[in-house]
Amino acid sequence: MSAKVFTFRGGIHPPHHKTKTENVAIENALEPNIVVIPLSQHIGAPCDSLVTVGEKVKVGQKIGESKAFVSSPVHSSVSGTVKKIDVHQITTGAKVSCITIESDGLFEIHESVRPKGKLEDLSKEEVLAIIKEAGLTGMGGAGFPTHVKLSPPKDKPIDTIIVNGAECEPFLTADHRIMLEKPDLVLLGLRAIMKAVGVNKSYVAIEKNKPDAIEVMKKIVADYEGIEVVSLETKYPQGDEKRIINAITGREVPSGGLPMDVGCIVDNVGTVATIGNVIATGMPVIQRVTTVTGSAIQNPKNLYIRIGTLFKDVIEQCGGYSEEPGKLINGGPMMGIAQYTDEVPVIKGTSGILVLNKKDAEVPEPSNCIRCGKCVSICPVNLQPYMISRQAILNNFEEADKFHATDCIECGSCSFICPAKRPLVETIRVAKKEILTKRKKAK
Amino acid sequence: MENKLIGSSSPHIRTDETTQKLMLDVVIALLPALVASIFYFGFNSLILVIASVVSAVVTEYICQRIMKKPITVTDLSAVVTGILLAFNIPPTAPWWIPVLGSAFAIAIAKQIFGGIGFNFINPALAGRAFLMASWNPHLTTGWIDPVTDAVSSATPLSIIKGSATGELPSLFDMLVGNIPGVLGETSALLLLAGGIYLIYRGVIKWIIPVFYIGTVAILALFVDGGSMMLYHVLGGGLMLGAFFMATDYVTCPITDRGKVIYAIGAGILTMIIRKIGGYPEGVSYSILLMNILTPLIDKYVTPKLFGGAK
Repeated sequence: MSAKVFTFRGGIHPPHHKTKTENVAIENALEPNIVVIPLSQHIGAPCDSLVTVGEKVKVGQKIGESKAFVSSPVHSSVSGTVKKIDVHQITTGAKVSCITIESDGLFEIHESVRPKGKLEDLSKEEVLAIIKEAGLTGMGGAGFPTHVKLSPPKDKPIDTIIVNGAECEPFLTADHRIMLEKPDLVLLGLRAIMKAVGVNKSYVAIEKNKPDAIEVMKKIVADYEGIEVVSLETKYPQGDEKRIINAITGREVPSGGLPMDVGCIVDNVGTVATIGNVIATGMPVIQRVTTVTGSAIQNPKNLYIRIGTLFKDVIEQCGGYSEEPGKLINGGPMMGIAQYTDEVPVIKGTSGILVLNKKDAEVPEPSNCIRCGKCVSICPVNLQPYMISRQAILNNFEEADKFHATDCIECGSCSFICPAKRPLVETIRVAKKEILTKRKKAK
Repeated sequence: MENKLIGSSSPHIRTDETTQKLMLDVVIALLPALVASIFYFGFNSLILVIASVVSAVVTEYICQRIMKKPITVTDLSAVVTGILLAFNIPPTAPWWIPVLGSAFAIAIAKQIFGGIGFNFINPALAGRAFLMASWNPHLTTGWIDPVTDAVSSATPLSIIKGSATGELPSLFDMLVGNIPGVLGETSALLLLAGGIYLIYRGVIKWIIPVFYIGTVAILALFVDGGSMMLYHVLGGGLMLGAFFMATDYVTCPITDRGKVIYAIGAGILTMIIRKIGGYPEGVSYSILLMNILTPLIDKYVTPKLFGGAK
């Protein structure tokens, strides 16, 4: 057994705040009365509704679909009646078309939901079709349709699959609990991916601050050749796919490139476990594990939540707010998106619901850059954040482009580490947007 | 609740490190050397340091009031400048020397250029250069020999240079600071301890001190031979300069490779000044000259992009 711990250059060590939930077993969330299911929870084309207002639907029934390749269908997470199809605010900050369903409390399962049989009996194409039909999208937060990721073009041969169990975001423990409680589903999902892509080398990569998960996963993959569990240095953003590939294989995904350019596919452990669940039960993605935590949550929990459940209903069953909330975040504190209302639905990419109290939510006052160079030392992409930020503030976006602003992965490490509390990644994001818009116009 | 939630962009958490805490660490790292200077040179040392610090802080406050800018004296950067400037003057200097030096350092070298982060040279060294040019006798004489407790005319480096006569102190005295010199540079050992504290706390990186002192040591070995090498390393404020002046964030290069170039450059300049320049010691001017080259180094020495450039 190798004791090697893998890592990448740069990165930060934010305080973890995971103790509140890391030992709390996943609990089934209360059945919601109302679910609001967005027709677009992923990167790619939004779905068209397959149902109409007043129609009865069942659990697992496909209610939205698009003909586009880069898209992912959505399914009902309850049985009941379609009440509304209208535009609703969702966690990504966008307003998208959503189907509101009132539950009849019966949770009748749709006829199409049937176990898919043994993995051995399924062909490569069948596995891919099952993954596509089940509406799988990256559950780590980005929400890229999984079947697209697993169908790389012919000229990009894949030799390595990496299951991303790093969970480097502070506060979040959903992936950790999945590995502890559902290792069999992770294994089944991983084997399905290996089959679909035709690869016989894979890694389950876990930060070493989760020794129990490493042990459990090691035990379960022991009989399977080609699957290796590896320890990663506990460091943010270790879970970024380009960082995790670099840590384990030493390969560098080229600037502007994708993992497939270096023969790798990285899938979040929650996504992989869900693939396992789809194969075993036939149930599409209608639920996900989410960590509900933060300084203003009464009883932090890891919940198995039906997609479309409103944040306020989830928070209520965690005992509600323990004090006046200052900030409500979809995801972790480093890359999550702040919400202005708790009436947004849980989507496939909701890895965490984080509520910070007034004090923790305060945005610090920036002071002058003292050129301490910490942002340069920790940038995982080797950028000079202070320079890009300075140019962005001066509206010199062409200058910012020269400093490779568009290579920024927006991990936020620079803003975190800055002693002068400068809004580094925030301003770099603006520069990126300006540069990309300009490039598009030029084309 | 909609109107009460804060909606800023990620990240939503920050390190609790602040500019003020970094500066406080520098002050803490300088304290042992301050205590040593009081021990060796007497109470006047403390008066000079206090005068310098008060002048730096008050000057900063006044400048910011006049320019109608936010008052940032609580970030402690002026305190650091005040201590560092006082560390550069002889123990018998009158109290108004550090007062004028600090005022110049803050007003002219720092605030005129935009305050903290915008000065292009180290304010404390600029203040010292100003004093050197204006009241040279107060800066270059008036050494106290802690062994005899008498006012002496020679520092070890001026003896090496031949600009003064006298006997070189023992290397042990050089190390602990039992030698004539400016306030803060006397004890190489305590400055080293302060420097190691700063490296341990992550306030500075090891690169500049190691390459700077290393360059001076290697050149001294070639120029003056092995017996003089340690005098060059332990004397003339090299430790103070290498750990506390050359590492000044604002005026040294940002990247690691840039820091190496800068430190080696400062080492070479230090030895050139010591051997053929007009002054017995070259630490301050070597750092000031390299400060001016910093923007150039930063322009041409940039980190290699992960995944290669487009």
